[in-house]
Amino acid sequence: MSAPAGSPHPAAGARMPPKLGGAVSGLAPPQQNGPAQSPMQVPSGYGLPHQNYMVPSGHYSQGPGKMTSLPLDSQCDSYYSRPYTVPTQNSGTPSSANQPGAQQMYGRGPSAPHMGGSTPGSFQGVPASASHSYSSASQPYSSLGNRYSSPTTYSANASVASQGYPSTCSHYPISTVSNVVYPNVSYPSLPASEPYGQMFTSQSAPPPARPVKESYSGPSTALTYPSRPPPPPSQHQQQQQQSHSGYSSLPWSGPALPPAQDSLIRNQMGSLATANSHPTNNENVQPPKSSSVVSTVLPGPSSTRMPPAPSHPVGPVPSAPPPPEQMQTKGMQYGDYGNNQASSTATPLSSASDDEEEQEEDEEAGVDSSSTTSSASPLPNSYDALEGGSYPDMHSSSASSPVPDHALEPNPTLAQALSAAPTPPAAQPAKVAKPFGYGYPALQPAYQNAAPPPMPAAHPSGPSYTGYPQHYPGVNQLSSGLGGLSLQSSPQPESLRPVNLTQEKNILPPTPIWAPVPNLSAELSKLNCSPDSFRCTLTSIPQTQALLNKAKLPLGLLLHPFRDLTQLPVITSNTIVRCRSCRTYINPFVSFIDQRRWKCNLCYRVNDVPEEFLYNPLTRSYGEPHKRPEVQNSTVEFIASSDYMLRPPQPAVYLFVLDVSHNAVEAGYLTVLCQSLLENLDKLPGDSRTRIGFMTFDSTIHFYNLQEGLSQPQMLIVSDIDDVFLPTPDSLLVNLYESKELIKDLLNALPSMFINTRETHSALGPALQAAFKLMSPTGGRVSVFQTQLPSLGAGLLQSREDPNQRSSTKVVHHLGPATDFYKKLALDCSGQQTAVDLFLLSSQYSDLASLACMSKYSAGCIFYYPSFHSTHNPSQAEKLQKDLKRYLTRKIGFEAVMRIRCTKGLSMHTFHGNFFVRSTDLLSLANINPDAGFAVQLSIEESLTDTALVCFQTALLYTSSKGERRIRVHTLCLPVVSSLADVYAGVDVQAAVCLLANMAVDRSVSSSLSDARDALVNAVVDPLSAYSSAVASVPRSTLTAPSSLKLLPLYVLALLKQKAFRTGTSTRLDDRVYAMCQMKSQPLVHLMKMIHPNLYRIDRLTDEGAIHVNDRVVPQPPLQKLSAEKLTREGAFLMDCGSVFYIWVGKGCDSNFIENVLGYPDFASIPQKMTHLPELDTLPSERTRSFVTWLRDSRPLSPVLHLVKDESPAKTDFFQHLLEDRTEAALSYYEFLIHIQQQVCK
Amino acid sequence: MEAVVFLFSLLDCCALIFLSVYFVITLSDLECDYINARSCCSKLNTWVIPELVGHTIVTVLMLVSLHWFIFLLNLPVATWNIYRFIMVPSGNMGVFDPTEIHNRGQLKSHMKEAMIKLGFYLLCFFMYLYSMILALIND
Repeated sequence: MSAPAGSPHPAAGARMPPKLGGAVSGLAPPQQNGPAQSPMQVPSGYGLPHQNYMVPSGHYSQGPGKMTSLPLDSQCDSYYSRPYTVPTQNSGTPSSANQPGAQQMYGRGPSAPHMGGSTPGSFQGVPASASHSYSSASQPYSSLGNRYSSPTTYSANASVASQGYPSTCSHYPISTVSNVVYPNVSYPSLPASEPYGQMFTSQSAPPPARPVKESYSGPSTALTYPSRPPPPPSQHQQQQQQSHSGYSSLPWSGPALPPAQDSLIRNQMGSLATANSHPTNNENVQPPKSSSVVSTVLPGPSSTRMPPAPSHPVGPVPSAPPPPEQMQTKGMQYGDYGNNQASSTATPLSSASDDEEEQEEDEEAGVDSSSTTSSASPLPNSYDALEGGSYPDMHSSSASSPVPDHALEPNPTLAQALSAAPTPPAAQPAKVAKPFGYGYPALQPAYQNAAPPPMPAAHPSGPSYTGYPQHYPGVNQLSSGLGGLSLQSSPQPESLRPVNLTQEKNILPPTPIWAPVPNLSAELSKLNCSPDSFRCTLTSIPQTQALLNKAKLPLGLLLHPFRDLTQLPVITSNTIVRCRSCRTYINPFVSFIDQRRWKCNLCYRVNDVPEEFLYNPLTRSYGEPHKRPEVQNSTVEFIASSDYMLRPPQPAVYLFVLDVSHNAVEAGYLTVLCQSLLENLDKLPGDSRTRIGFMTFDSTIHFYNLQEGLSQPQMLIVSDIDDVFLPTPDSLLVNLYESKELIKDLLNALPSMFINTRETHSALGPALQAAFKLMSPTGGRVSVFQTQLPSLGAGLLQSREDPNQRSSTKVVHHLGPATDFYKKLALDCSGQQTAVDLFLLSSQYSDLASLACMSKYSAGCIFYYPSFHSTHNPSQAEKLQKDLKRYLTRKIGFEAVMRIRCTKGLSMHTFHGNFFVRSTDLLSLANINPDAGFAVQLSIEESLTDTALVCFQTALLYTSSKGERRIRVHTLCLPVVSSLADVYAGVDVQAAVCLLANMAVDRSVSSSLSDARDALVNAVVDPLSAYSSAVASVPRSTLTAPSSLKLLPLYVLALLKQKAFRTGTSTRLDDRVYAMCQMKSQPLVHLMKMIHPNLYRIDRLTDEGAIHVNDRVVPQPPLQKLSAEKLTREGAFLMDCGSVFYIWVGKGCDSNFIENVLGYPDFASIPQKMTHLPELDTLPSERTRSFVTWLRDSRPLSPVLHLVKDESPAKTDFFQHLLEDRTEAALSYYEFLIHIQQQVCK
Repeated sequence: MEAVVFLFSLLDCCALIFLSVYFVITLSDLECDYINARSCCSKLNTWVIPELVGHTIVTVLMLVSLHWFIFLLNLPVATWNIYRFIMVPSGNMGVFDPTEIHNRGQLKSHMKEAMIKLGFYLLCFFMYLYSMILALIND
């Protein structure tokens, strides 16, 4: 252990937890204290009431909206879609259905509200489905929702079941969007083009026709976007559609029992019908189906709603829709406004600094200046524009009353109109309007929802609205009543319930484990960041470091910041409001002291609210800043101005560096790669500037000149590997679209080009140096394919593995890199915004520990395919193919930096993941991809006694593949507690285990593997003994854990049996290192599956508890514990290990299953290697396949399925995952518990 | 002769003091984000060996000239310097590694170390000064 390392860890030799705490020492807290550092008394106090208020109002407005489809509502809906859905959940089905993993991953919105939307929807769909902890998160919503929905919804909807159905529909589209659309995610080049779309979306599938506008629409927006007719529909229509879409997200559609698609279509038609009022729109009719699935879905609910609407038309009427001309003029103004804003934004450009870090820093100047500028002239205009927007909505709503009749007519135009919706007033003017202006309108609708005053009389439900505040408490009660579903209402009793570990036989719950919900007030937890993006190991932060040390638990954050989201508010405004001292972005947890000032929740500085931010379009008044989307969503994305750029946003640049030595050609990966590239060439994220290049290398380096105009690709060979140079710097990276033919030619020729090569050497180092030279002017992504140990030139490596030591129980050497060449190269690349992704496909030792450095520090990713061979090992080939598909098409962000801030008093001292830590809290990420996870360890530097809440904020600044600078901000808020019991009650055991895994990887590299293993064991022993001595009054002879920690021993045992940390079992060094790399770079959801796979019995799947996804029934078999005792010969079991599925078929398995699912007459005839389930037309087969597909859809990298017969040799692969069983080298779970107990009782 | 030995030690010690100050300043620059980790570490790493050599020479000189007390005083620091240099993992870019320096509080510990050394060298400086003057007087 190096000396420096030693000093930071006073308890180095000892145990991890102390180390965690002790290591705290570190860095100065990132935030500077503002001059006014007053304790955070009521961080959200001021804002909260308003927010609450808002929510109800939103409901309220929606209520009428659903009837009449008021324009105002539409935006509200999108914002509050979750809350809406929630109500149905409560009312409809007491038990919420599980959310499919897919949704978890993708479907769930960043912000809590969003979660509500997606999840509740799914739940509702299936009344019988199992309840999830998620529900807790959504509870607040639900409670509100119930309150509201009860008046309107119940009357409207005939049956609960019907409600459920629609909700599922909405849910479904979401998931599909995420999965399918994802690759296409296109960001509109125009930031502000559509109000809503921008606000809500994220990656919707853009219709090919208009890349720009479509791109951002979220699920709701997506609906609007499907296709825009050349003549933009009137704003009214647009808004209506929006409103509809918003509704669709709601569970309300009662009637929609017909298949989801039908309902969707209908819905659309309904929305269209509203549009019908304008004859012109009809002309534009598109087939509803043409629109993206999402879009169709959303409207659906609205249509269903329509029937009740007739009564409502009255409501809108009072609002007195302005004559069209007025609206148009307003629209025009709006457009002007947009222009003004654009111009104003241009002015702030002030800072072009050399340092990237300054990018963020520079914002200060930008903010200040922008705030002043914005206040000047644009606002008034915006007012008008906004108003205009609201009016049209009203108008549309009135018009909508007739709609129901027309509903059957297919009017795609509406959808189009919606897409155009940005400017409510007049569609044409809107088109003219600049991006910025658009951004605003979008926001406005939301406001409208929030603000009841403008049209109190309009709504029949008005009375209920006024009553709302009173009802609110009632709502809380409701939620608490539902508390059974969620931990929130009474988390402590349950999570603190002492569990006798040695007595408890079935420690693993039958349903998936969800993240615990922080013990916050309903309003705050509703606003809180989704646990999928942001989790903390302790959901209750201890007040002092001493308390944390006493608890002996690791404190840290687990981040998945660039996760694929289906709903993401995108904000375009020229003022990005940030704290002047610590640069925190304004977020839902700040407190507004008055209308002009807000108090930063991280450094407690009091800041001015910029003029622009004050403006509330809905009420046409200043002073409601707490209703801005930035303050309503804890996950938002800003379109950044040029203040956030050091240079113009770079184009997407992809360079492929391919090993073509004999070994590589023999393995045959080139065929798979070229095929995948050919298939996905058009789906590579990027815009018209996208550039691509290829290099191959063996003992020499080959470049390919693909310059447009050549008749065929030119190969240029550089054999001087000691001093690499670029033969023709200009034509090696070429525009993808201009040279597409040449690229295709090359890809077709590549696999056969080197077929007769006899060159066995590999000059990887020089090739990488050349790649760096090639990429350094722009930055981008380098994908390196390597099949053997580099043996020539710089960076050559020696074999360090001793095969005889693979199963050693003693010391494992060579976990660290052998040379600093790759690290230096990675840092050079990182400095030039280039990330290196490594695909290692080797059959022998390739020293991944050294090679991985090139990706680790350049923010790349690592893929490893041991014993890859395209024909001899088809499952690996299939995996490569699937991974490549995802890899090539997934979203990508360039030249990114991520900064993590936390409340004053906390500090971060260690980061885990693939990146380069450029300064204390700034991570430099040359590329960011949606599958990257990060972890941060925290320490408490100052006592937090003055504050009740702490917040964490990550801001990810990146350039999208469309060349837009964007900032994605997540904010997490957690309570501070002072008692040890509360700390234990709030443990997020999964997050803790993932953080422990990261720490253990560090420990094994810096110290030794056995040290890391000891530390892991101590990580279990310490908290348990601290708990039993300090909190629980139980005899020390029993091993007792609080319920929240009951899975800790199991998970840690699982960690100890991971490839990364196991000893005594033969493990190849590369496998071990790869497992470590994965632990460091995978997001929590994926990592947990890798650590502790899920085991299901699948030979007798039933529909009991099944959930409906995408009009498919997905059975939900209970989780089995990972022990052979659960395997019966009569059964078939599926094990979900994250990146691989195993289906184990017992010898005596029901012939029914073998025949109907596997398609073979009996057990003996099942082949040894089977990687697909046949598509049989039987019920069991359908169920099994839908279950497997559902599991698959829940993760980005499609896992390969292995069928394992009871007696086949492959079964060891399966049995090594049975973690609770004893193996030759490791303890069984029970033995491990006994071991822990002995340690605890010492 | 004795005076010459201490004169040399004194000069050497001055250099070490300047070096320590340089370390402290550079590290605090990094702490304040004035320079980035890479340039900071490459700056510091170039001076690790000179420091090590400079200090080891004095230590050996004290041993050779049979100043036992001063030698024993210097020994731990010299050992630490050498140990630290030898124990750098093969994949690291030197004693100061830009990818590690922000992790696990390494920056703080480096800072602490630089400060302690600065204090130690100052102490040595006065000791050498005193010894030199004493030697000159005795001559």
